[in-house]
Amino acid sequence: MIALIVVVVLVVLVGLYLVITYNGLVSLRNRIENAWAQIDVQLKRRYDLIPNLVETVKGYAAHERETLDAVITARNAGMNASTPHEQAQAENQITGALKSLFALSEAYPDLKANQNFAQLQEELTGTEGRIAYARQFYNDTVYRYNTKIQSFPANILANAFRFREREYFQADDESRGPTQVRF
Amino acid sequence: MLALAAELPVYDQVTANKRRSWLLVAGFALFVVAVAVAFSYLIQAGPAGVAIALVVAIALNVGAYWKSDAVALRLSRARPAPQEEFARYHNLVEGLCIASGLPKPRLYVIDDPAPNAFATGRNPRNAAVAVTTGLLEKMNRMELEGVLAHELSHIKNYDILVSTLAVTMVGMVAILADLGIRLLWWGGGRRSHSDFDRDRGGNGGPAAILSIVGFVLLLLSPLIARLMQLAVSRQRETLADVSGVEMTRYPPGLISALEKLRDDSTVVHAHSRATAHLWIEEPAAQTPDEGRLSRVNRLFQTHPPIEERIALLREM
Repeated sequence: MIALIVVVVLVVLVGLYLVITYNGLVSLRNRIENAWAQIDVQLKRRYDLIPNLVETVKGYAAHERETLDAVITARNAGMNASTPHEQAQAENQITGALKSLFALSEAYPDLKANQNFAQLQEELTGTEGRIAYARQFYNDTVYRYNTKIQSFPANILANAFRFREREYFQADDESRGPTQVRF
Repeated sequence: MLALAAELPVYDQVTANKRRSWLLVAGFALFVVAVAVAFSYLIQAGPAGVAIALVVAIALNVGAYWKSDAVALRLSRARPAPQEEFARYHNLVEGLCIASGLPKPRLYVIDDPAPNAFATGRNPRNAAVAVTTGLLEKMNRMELEGVLAHELSHIKNYDILVSTLAVTMVGMVAILADLGIRLLWWGGGRRSHSDFDRDRGGNGGPAAILSIVGFVLLLLSPLIARLMQLAVSRQRETLADVSGVEMTRYPPGLISALEKLRDDSTVVHAHSRATAHLWIEEPAAQTPDEGRLSRVNRLFQTHPPIEERIALLREM
C-alpha cells in the first residue's frame, strides 16, 4: 500500500516537472520569436521616419545632395535586403549616413532651430536606442534559452522535443569598427 | 557576452529580493494588526472593537495595494507627462522597457527644479515613474537614461510594491497611534483609571500589563514603522543601481547622474516623509547648506550615501 502511494507520488512529481519544464521552454522560445519581431518593428519605424527627415532637411539645405542621397540609398537598401547579412550592412550604412546628416545641422542654424527637425532627431535617436536594446534583449533571451536547454536534466526533454539552440545576433566586423562619418 | 556572465548573481539577488519583499509585507501587515489590537484594547472596545479594527486594517491594506501608487503620486504633485511634450523621456523609457522586457509604465512629471525621480505601483503591469522637471533639464541623455534604468529596476525587482505599501502603512500606523494617544489623553482615561485600580487589587494583573504594553506599542509605533521603511529601502537602492546598469550596459551614465545629484543642493519642494524612500536621491535637505533640518534628516536616511553608490558602480 505504502509502496503504491510512493510510486503514485513519484509519477505525479515527475509528470509535473515535465509539464512545467516543457511549458517553460515553449514560453522562452516564443519570447525569442517576439524579441526578434521587436527588432523588426523598430527597424521599420526608422524606415518610416527617414523620408520625413530628408524632406525637412531639404527645405533648409537642398544643395547637400550627397548626404541626403546617402541616407535615402541606405534606407532603400535596408528595406530591400534579402539576407540578414545584407540587412545588417544596410543598417550600418543608415546609422552612419544619419550621423553625417545630423552633423550637417550644425552648419545650418535655421535647420537646427526647426521644431520639426528637432522632433525627428529625437525620434530617430530614440529609435536607434530601441534597436540596440531590442538586440540586447534578443541576445539575453537566447542566452537564457540556450543555457536552459543545455543544462541537466532539462536537456533530455529539450532533445526529445527538438528544442534547438538559437544563434546570437552578432554585429559583424564592419559595425564593430568605428562608423565612417562623411561630411 | 561579458556583461551576461556577470548577470547571474544579480538574478539570484532579485529572487532573494522578491522573497524578502513578501516577508516584509507580511511583517508590516502583522505589525499593523498588532497596533490595531493595542488601539482597540486601550480605548476599551472589546472583542468587537478588535474585530472592527482588524477589518479596517485589512480593508486599508487591500486599498493600499490598489491605490497606494495614486497616493504617492498625489503627495508629490505629479501630473501625467504627455508624449509630445516629453518625447525624450518617453523614448528613453520605451528603449529601456524593450531592453528589460517590461511593459511601459505610466509616466509622470513633477514641476520642481530639484532633480529627482521615483517609481511606484504594485507590479510591472501597474507601475508609474515620476521625474521632476529639474531632472529632465539638468541631465543629458545618457545620465537621464541611467536614472530611468534605476527606476525601472525598482519596478522589475518588485521594490515598488513594498515601498508603496510602506507609504500607506506608515501613514496608517501614524494615524492610529496619534488617535489612540489622544483618546487616552482625553476620554479613554475613564477606563484606564478604574481598570488600573481594580487590576492592582489582584486578579487582573495580566490586563494591566497588557494595557501598558499596548500603550508603549502605540507610543513607539511611528518609530518602528519608520525603521521598517528604512529596512525596505537602503539595500534596494544599491541593487537598483546595479541592475539599472545591467539594463543600459553603460555605468558612466548613472555614475555621472549620481555625481550631478550629489553636487546639486536644491531640495524637492513637495516631498513628504512618507514618500522619502521612493526617490532616487533623498528628497530632504542632507547638508547644512541644503537646509536647517539636515542633521535630523540624516538620522533617518532612507538611502545609502551617494559616494558609496558611485564607488560601487565604478567597480563594475
